[in-house]
Amino acid sequence: MEYLSLFVKSIFVDNMIFAYFLGMCSYLAVSKNVKTALGLGVAVTFVLLVTVPVNYCLENYVLAPNAIVEGVDLSFLSFILFIAVIAGIVQIVEMAVEKFSPSLYASLGIFLPLIAVNCAIMGASLFMQQRHFEGIGEATVYAFGSGIGWLIAIVALAAIREKLSYSNVPAPLRGLGITFITVGLMAMAFMCFSGLTI
Amino acid sequence: MDLFSKKNKETFFTPLWVNNPVATQVLGICSALAVTSKLEPALVMGISVTIIVALANVVISLLRNTIPNRIRIIVQLVVVATLVTIVSQVLKAFAYDVSVQLSVYVGLIITNCILMGRLEAFAMQNKPWESFLDGVGSGLGYALILVIVGFFRELLGSGTLLNFRIIPECLYVKEGGFYMNNGLMVLPPMALIILACVIWFQRAKNPDLQEKNN
Repeated sequence: MEYLSLFVKSIFVDNMIFAYFLGMCSYLAVSKNVKTALGLGVAVTFVLLVTVPVNYCLENYVLAPNAIVEGVDLSFLSFILFIAVIAGIVQIVEMAVEKFSPSLYASLGIFLPLIAVNCAIMGASLFMQQRHFEGIGEATVYAFGSGIGWLIAIVALAAIREKLSYSNVPAPLRGLGITFITVGLMAMAFMCFSGLTI
Repeated sequence: MDLFSKKNKETFFTPLWVNNPVATQVLGICSALAVTSKLEPALVMGISVTIIVALANVVISLLRNTIPNRIRIIVQLVVVATLVTIVSQVLKAFAYDVSVQLSVYVGLIITNCILMGRLEAFAMQNKPWESFLDGVGSGLGYALILVIVGFFRELLGSGTLLNFRIIPECLYVKEGGFYMNNGLMVLPPMALIILACVIWFQRAKNPDLQEKNN
């Protein structure tokens, strides 16, 4: 039950895009059509699902005070270690996808390696560190929920932008400007979920 | 060698407005939006990013001929992560309140696209001094947008600037006046809409930047 509550909260209330603006760069760049948006969303969810539990273990069994050697606190190394884990896992995922599913690899293209510098991935690990989850189960559920939230956000924006391409927008607002306003309105809509509890 | 030649000045000044990293190159949006509900964290964030971009640009530019091409992303990430760790520890030591307000976004400077973008596009091909100017210029361009957005959000959302009261207390409804803070300004959606207005203004002034399609 706690897991379900955390899951729903991380999708709707603590949405990566609408509440924390994480992963904005690829969110804006890749949301021009629904199909690629869906592919990137799935890839981000998968990488989150792998990296957050791994970083959780590192945080609690390697970096925490007195974890390896009595009296040694390594927590200042967390940034470097987290980004190294993320870059390494993205590389492995890329190789695995290339080997086992060349068609998916071709359709994702350069977005796969770029996930390494997606703030949503690093952000989830840092939030995991900040919120002190109890047990690896909570960390995993949180990672999955955040990924699904990001996926919903990017697919929704891609669908809106597909329709938007037929409308007449004032010249200086075309492209980036109107996209920001759209995301702002979507964020306002998502604000009605705040306070949601199960 | 001329340190302030015309070309170097251009390297420094174009990222400030015309080729702004946030508004034109669409880099580093995440933190630009999240830390701007008050002016003070926006200012600290802008300064931190400026320092990190400038130093990372210099380091990568010094190493540019020795980094093997295949592992350059990892080398860049390690250099950036080291600098960010230093800045984060300094902030914790000397400006603890602000570092709590910035929370995870200091750590997220590592994955800030401005850094990777400038390192890849500029520092890998240019000499240290040019890279330094480019880094400072890009960082200040980023800081400029943060300060503009933070200024409007704090002024309209809380009636203060840098926690100093601008709109007098006696104008507020509860003191018998007519004015109320706009609570929406403090919430995330308005960051996006104010940034859209800044982009609107910037592109209306520079018609070359306008996009043809939606």
